[in-house]
Amino acid sequence: MVSANNELAYNTKIEGDIVVTRADAVINWLRSSSVWPMPMGLACCAIELMGVAASRFDIARFGAEVFRFSPRQADCMIVAGTVTYKMAPHVRRIYDQMAEPKWVIAMGACASSGGMYRSYATLQGVDQIVPVDVYISGCPPRPEALLDALIKLQSKIKKEPSANTLLKSA
Amino acid sequence: MTAPADVTVALQDKFPAATLRPSGDHPALNLPVAETVAALKYLRDEFAYDFLVDVTAIDNGVDASPRFTVVWHVYSTTGHGYVRIAADCANDENPVAPTVSHIWPTANWHERETYDLLGVKFENHPDLRRILMWDGYPYHPLRKDFPLAGIQTPLPDLEVADLTKASVKPAPMMGGPFVASPGEMNMTDAEPRAKDESWTERREKPASE
Repeated sequence: MVSANNELAYNTKIEGDIVVTRADAVINWLRSSSVWPMPMGLACCAIELMGVAASRFDIARFGAEVFRFSPRQADCMIVAGTVTYKMAPHVRRIYDQMAEPKWVIAMGACASSGGMYRSYATLQGVDQIVPVDVYISGCPPRPEALLDALIKLQSKIKKEPSANTLLKSA
Repeated sequence: MTAPADVTVALQDKFPAATLRPSGDHPALNLPVAETVAALKYLRDEFAYDFLVDVTAIDNGVDASPRFTVVWHVYSTTGHGYVRIAADCANDENPVAPTVSHIWPTANWHERETYDLLGVKFENHPDLRRILMWDGYPYHPLRKDFPLAGIQTPLPDLEVADLTKASVKPAPMMGGPFVASPGEMNMTDAEPRAKDESWTERREKPASE
């Protein structure tokens, strides 16, 4: 007598050790669950960034614990702080040294739009020199706001056509 | 502990060219530029004004002569008093003042800032170069003839400027720096807000009839 399969979950004895899914789903899940930030901590927002990395707000829960200060080893550049025109070319150079796939979070008012510094010395938004994925407002933003931005970035990553991009670039 | 009045009297005795400068808060003296280093050293050694609070300069206006006045503020951590020393620079086009970085090392950066933002050169400064703006920047931003928003210049790094098509643009004033509404009004209307948002518009808006 054949019994119906009442099992809800994946059972290796029946289906074997193979899971069939879309490449995008796997690649995006891997990438979004381990976004290693590169802190471009330039000013006060960097202190809030450190607060997020510490135990109370704990960015490690989201897979972003490993703050790699080398652009070669990081996925996401978090521009935390005021970018002056003097510093701007260096921020761009460090962004260029990051390997694909890479994302940028503009943390705080200064990185998003120049903030309170409507002046001759401050770059009016880091999006003038690097493409930004998520903007965070605040001066400085609450640590929860940075975590919210990270979650939004993860949702954005989950929607990317990664398999196509990899196949095209190969 | 010296009361401030004694300090100004003692300074005027030692440096007869010193005159009292009108001041709302602290005792202030005008001195000829050549005597300022000696006067500041005297203040530090004899009257225990051991803390240099600031070295800066005033641009008196494009048509004023003398145009630049260099100002030093010193503080006594034991006597808890401030003294201000001001000196006019001789030349209006190339203002020069002596450095005090051999007396207080902190003056190194203050003088670099004054050079960067106002163009006042300091003689015998160990490392006189710009501190906020980059080394080739053509203007001195805090001079009276420099507009508040800034002047369009290319970015310091030409490769990055080509790549990103970015440049140093005049910052959006959006109806003025920190525009607030006067009088008694609804708090939401009274808050400082941008009156003119044209800088952030991506597309031209049609003119309203």
